[in-house]
Amino acid sequence: MDIQTWTFLLVGLSFALYIGIAIWARAGSTKEFYVAGGGIPPVANGMATAADWMSAASFISMAGLISFMGYDGGVYLMGWTGGYVLLALCLAPYLRKFGKFTVPDFIGDRYYSQTARTVAVICAIFVSFTYVAGQMRGVGVVFSRFLEVDIVTGVLLGMCVVFFYAVLGGMKGITYTQVAQYCVLIFAYLVPAVFISILVTGNPIPQLGFGDTLADGSGTYLLDKLDGLSEELGFTEYTSGTKSMVDVFFITFALMVGTAGLPHVIVRFFTVPKVADARRSAGWALVFIAILYTTAPAVASFARVNMIETINGSDSAGVVYEEAPSWISNWEKTGLITWDDKNEDGRMFYSGDDRNEMKIDRDIIVLANPEIANLPAWVIALIAAGGVAAALSTSAGLLLVISTSISHDLLKRNLMPDISDKEELMYARIAAACGIAVAAYLGINPPGFVAQVVAFAFGLAASSFFPAIIMGIFYKRMNKEGAIAGMLSGIGFTAAYIIYFKFINPGANVPENWWFGISPEGIGTLGMIVNFVVALVVQKATGEAPDDIKDLVESLRYPKGSGEAQVH
Amino acid sequence: MSFQTDEHAKAYWKENLRLLVVLLVIWFVVSFGFGILLVEPLNSIPLFGFKLGFWFAQQGSIYVFVALIFVYVAKMKALDRKYDVHEDD
Repeated sequence: MDIQTWTFLLVGLSFALYIGIAIWARAGSTKEFYVAGGGIPPVANGMATAADWMSAASFISMAGLISFMGYDGGVYLMGWTGGYVLLALCLAPYLRKFGKFTVPDFIGDRYYSQTARTVAVICAIFVSFTYVAGQMRGVGVVFSRFLEVDIVTGVLLGMCVVFFYAVLGGMKGITYTQVAQYCVLIFAYLVPAVFISILVTGNPIPQLGFGDTLADGSGTYLLDKLDGLSEELGFTEYTSGTKSMVDVFFITFALMVGTAGLPHVIVRFFTVPKVADARRSAGWALVFIAILYTTAPAVASFARVNMIETINGSDSAGVVYEEAPSWISNWEKTGLITWDDKNEDGRMFYSGDDRNEMKIDRDIIVLANPEIANLPAWVIALIAAGGVAAALSTSAGLLLVISTSISHDLLKRNLMPDISDKEELMYARIAAACGIAVAAYLGINPPGFVAQVVAFAFGLAASSFFPAIIMGIFYKRMNKEGAIAGMLSGIGFTAAYIIYFKFINPGANVPENWWFGISPEGIGTLGMIVNFVVALVVQKATGEAPDDIKDLVESLRYPKGSGEAQVH
Repeated sequence: MSFQTDEHAKAYWKENLRLLVVLLVIWFVVSFGFGILLVEPLNSIPLFGFKLGFWFAQQGSIYVFVALIFVYVAKMKALDRKYDVHEDD
């Protein structure tokens, strides 16, 4: 069977599985729709959280980014895993004890204010839409390369599947589908990684092969070879990187704190039965995420060596274009690889200086890796199914946050408090359906700034939700004035910095102009500090939170009594 | 009030915070410390084919993160039982 038949088969089977699960796990009440009835076992929730969290970006783009960034790629690895420590220790158990449905619920109740709730709703919707657009694009890329349908058909197909299980099943359907999607995506990621690790280093475990000697019998360590190649070709040493230490520090911190503040991640911890389960579930989520995140840097280094050797040849003289392997021409068709024979010798050459003749898009590393390593057709098809699973699972989780924010936070808790549970459920489904339509539109006509706004989403979450929730739990006296002023100044500061460097004056986006050498990707960390400082100063000037709020906070701090999760 | 006395409530929270601080210090040291601030001196130490600082940035810190959460889960379980504020099974 050829690659295309395999891809249709594997992607088709995975879709059938997701739809089957959706029919089995229909939601009958708002509680089931929003938080799966609060009855998901912690390990399953951990797996669902992992699938929810690992998006098309993690699956498709991350290893590619690391492959090109070397040491600097560590900002994503540490940033997107370290946030779970904060979640498990500082947020998840307390928010589970709080026992309601959404992040704006917590902000609104803890700060006894509709204004605070509204600010939180707007942030939640904005962050989620930013993310969804990127996911839909990921589905489109996978479909167009592997199934050779056009991006529009790809996006619409993906949307139909998400529509089916998200609208029907709500959180319950999404959770069980995500468990299946995690299995598909991790299998799809590991199989080629193991194959390539054996090919390159002879070690079947990628995490160890990464630090092993090459299989060519030379006795050279993989990373030493890579450092040598990089230097020879005019790149920086693979294990050193080019970003300044300050910037690496701030970006890592912003990604960690942003992760811990993302509404679609936090809401997953409302779905487990107990506070103790929320803690365990965060641990399991990180285990399942770590399996992919420790494999990714290994894949990145294998892919880098493979890619340089296939293009430049083992003698670094360049490979004659006519003799190039088929993956190069396959990807040239999609425009993601281009070759410009500058010295007209008919040979390709890839380097970091003016000898370079290749332009290689970072996104293809994971997708092209199995082809580069000459793996069988079914492995390549598996990658397609995994990429689609990663994109769909994250989109579904985000769409749920959007629909919940609208039906629950905006309508039920704000504009239409008298609607019944059944009506609220209907609005939730309508909101999910509209959300999917908007996401599909964004996927087909992606705004040029999708990549840029990702930094926005993390910065926004880091500088708004995270400090407000932390102070809500750990500082009883924090009042609504302080929290609202903090959130607004944190977001305002972060947004202004990012908008200035990304949209108003992109030409000035160089390290010399950055404050303290912090890039827009890392500015959320400073925004978070601004939020904390402003909130504390305003709180000192306006007095303490009322006593009933202090009692509420007191009751969040121990697990007993969590069973009585309120339905309002 | 689920605690037997106010003193219990205070003592529980204090022990909880102490545990948080210890774990978060480790969290900070392995990632921001070993992986970023001290990466250059550590890179002169080899660990198989890795430079140690690079290994912490791309592998080691993640393993420590996982361990930290499970240590927290176990310690908090014990703490909840000590003060009798655990959930009913």
